[in-house]
Amino acid sequence: MDYFWELFFGGLTRGSIYALIALGYTMVYGIIELINFAHGEVYMIGAFTGLIVAGVFSLMGFSGASLLVLAMVIAVLYSSAYGYTIEKIAYKPLRGASRLAPLISAIGMSIFLQNYVLLAQTSDFLPFPALIPEFDFMEPYIDYLGSSELVIILTTVLVMIALTVLIKFTKIGKAMRATAQNKKMAMLTGVNVDHVISMTFIIGSGLAAVGGVLIATHIGQINFYIGFIAGLKAFTAAVLGGIGSIPGAVLGSLILGWTESFATGYISSDYEDVFAFCLLVLILIFRPAGILGRSTTQKV
Amino acid sequence: MLSIRNIDTFYGNIQALHNVSIEIAEGEIITLIGANGAGKTTTLMSVCGVVPPRTGEILFRNQPIHHLSPDKIVPLGICQVPEGRLIFPYMTVMENLDMGAYLRKDKNGIKHDLEYIFDLFPILAQRKTQAGGTLSGGEQQMLAMSRALMARPKLLLLDEPSLGLAPLIIKQIFEIIEKINAENNTTVFLVEQNANQALKVAHRGYVMENGHISLTDSAENLMKNEDVRRAYLGL
Repeated sequence: MDYFWELFFGGLTRGSIYALIALGYTMVYGIIELINFAHGEVYMIGAFTGLIVAGVFSLMGFSGASLLVLAMVIAVLYSSAYGYTIEKIAYKPLRGASRLAPLISAIGMSIFLQNYVLLAQTSDFLPFPALIPEFDFMEPYIDYLGSSELVIILTTVLVMIALTVLIKFTKIGKAMRATAQNKKMAMLTGVNVDHVISMTFIIGSGLAAVGGVLIATHIGQINFYIGFIAGLKAFTAAVLGGIGSIPGAVLGSLILGWTESFATGYISSDYEDVFAFCLLVLILIFRPAGILGRSTTQKV
Repeated sequence: MLSIRNIDTFYGNIQALHNVSIEIAEGEIITLIGANGAGKTTTLMSVCGVVPPRTGEILFRNQPIHHLSPDKIVPLGICQVPEGRLIFPYMTVMENLDMGAYLRKDKNGIKHDLEYIFDLFPILAQRKTQAGGTLSGGEQQMLAMSRALMARPKLLLLDEPSLGLAPLIIKQIFEIIEKINAENNTTVFLVEQNANQALKVAHRGYVMENGHISLTDSAENLMKNEDVRRAYLGL
């Protein structure tokens, strides 16, 4: 039974990271119906920023939890700035264009950012310091739930709660929902749609950076390519849950995380991706809008 | 109050409005009637800044507004109830009303206006926590009007408020329009295909054909006009 729980928490950890990234995809899609393919790169840049910050501040005598918090906060700010800028450069000028144009622009942006980090940093895997300490109280559970997994899961839960409060109760949250449901009407109530779009990119990128730093310190190494794989998986999770739906993105991510974890554990690690994408194909056949997705019909 | 002067509005390369001029005085109910595709909705969208005019000017209380974005126009006191009502379907009735007051900060004023609206449309008070998309057509129209009123408009633009509603509901909606105009001195700019109903409540009217204003007169005279009777009143 320990093995089952090990896989269970492993899947939950994976799912948490996917969820942090998938939220960015689904929120952006909800607002401007664009798949932001550069989103995975923002996550990767978050991880790199975390690495650099951790390196610099550890020289200044910081360590452990304080270093983790510092790395995370600065990575979030930095990635948010990237997300904001990406929207302004690559998507905003194409707002009136056909839907294909910003999609191509997104892919271009993704390739550009990968290569930029490749040139600015290195193509090798870089070791990432373990910033999450081993807690003594986790000793009895060490067989199936590590300290860093616990921190990842708890952080994700906290972030989700904060996001829910933001979306449900704050002014900007309401403006985001209104814009997603009817952009023209949101404009007519006085919402500055450009501002809402920028905020969506900023929030989504910040969440991805949290995921980036957490997974990097958990796994212990990063390179310029991690954003592509993680981005693809998170995108799959968002589609699985129903793209545009925030609870859907979280649900899809958890299902994907568990599927991969159990398939790897009970069948073979060779089939990890096969199961993930089989799941996607099945969902697209039987429920094209995703698990919690709404098929869009408008009542006139 | 609102002065639309010689505007031309385009969708891409297609010209929808040709040299349109409309004058609206404070406290008036003005109607713009015309066939499908004449440019009535475009006129309203030009006023609100959603589809700004390419040439000409629009003045609101002698201040040019044709170069402003919608989020700058709404706080001046211009509010639109768009065609098809455009309720936020997955937000509750209450949240839809909150969105109407999006740019307002006076909490007490908002509370007061909510009471006024629930007084005007008691059914909305019952539906407070229901999602906007689950309301009936008539209720959605009431919600759309209430949402606009929550912004405390000085000029209320109404686009086809009678569209797709039962006669009894239409009657009720038009009564409310007159009431809002009389009680709050809200100026109303009413776009309608239902020319009969519109001319009954309006003080003056404009007739639009193919993007041009073809005729303007008092509502009574338009009702008597032979061309208008034949083309729009079906008499």
